[in-house]
Amino acid sequence: MNCEQQMSMLIKVQEMEFVALELNLYLDTHPCDKDALNDFNCAAQMLKKHMQAYENEYGPLLNFGMGGYARETWQWVEEPWPWEL
Amino acid sequence: MWIYEKKLQHPVMVSKPDIAFAKLVVTQYGGPDGELSASLRYLNQRYSMPTGQAKALLTDIGTEELAHVEMIAAMVYKLVEGASPKDYEDAGWGGQYAQHNHGLFWTDANGVPWSAKYIACLGDPITDLTEDMAAEQKARSTYEHLIHLTDDPCIKDTLRFLWQREVVHFQRFGEMLNTVQEHMSKNNMWCGCEMKE
Repeated sequence: MNCEQQMSMLIKVQEMEFVALELNLYLDTHPCDKDALNDFNCAAQMLKKHMQAYENEYGPLLNFGMGGYARETWQWVEEPWPWEL
Repeated sequence: MWIYEKKLQHPVMVSKPDIAFAKLVVTQYGGPDGELSASLRYLNQRYSMPTGQAKALLTDIGTEELAHVEMIAAMVYKLVEGASPKDYEDAGWGGQYAQHNHGLFWTDANGVPWSAKYIACLGDPITDLTEDMAAEQKARSTYEHLIHLTDDPCIKDTLRFLWQREVVHFQRFGEMLNTVQEHMSKNNMWCGCEMKE
């Protein structure tokens, strides 16, 4: 397994999800901030893109049907789990 | 409903196993000012919040804290990876091995198990948001103590990220306290929830 490539693709997801999370918390207390709403939408769009790219290579990031369709095998059970990577 | 994301919020790396530090940092897993306490505190308090904004904030920060529980667990897991029973004993954590082997457990740095006594819910949004702000400061202080207790740059990096999250959460809770105070004084409602006639 190419751990280095997996890590670099994962970092992109982590970075963009962090942007979205920060804006989410900010918007919870500033729900009418137009700039933040625009930034949130940009981050959400980028996050979706990075998650799809990662999931195409390494299987679903989300369980319970939120991570897209299953392929020939059930990839959810594949290691490494996050604390092992 | 919660969905699991098969990734950590932020990378957790350690330069080398360090059981003595695992024994200390475990307090952010199952200690009084740790991430489990934080997550359960916020997710439990949201039911008695008066506004959609406050319910959202407690849901979102409570959920982020669950991701921090996982980061601390990953750190402890990596710090004890491959350790022998003797390694545990030499590091002063033989009791951990005796009771849990390589399993994790919710304790503070002195081995005291997690307790619901660490968290409060008065059902008064002003009281509860004020407690949340204090909790974030206590966690910030604890992360500073832990950063002083390690020389590992990888561990310091992760702990600094978690430290910084406490600062941001404190800020958001402070803003929410103002909003909720304004909301309650506008409605002349100081009991926190609408009372039936």
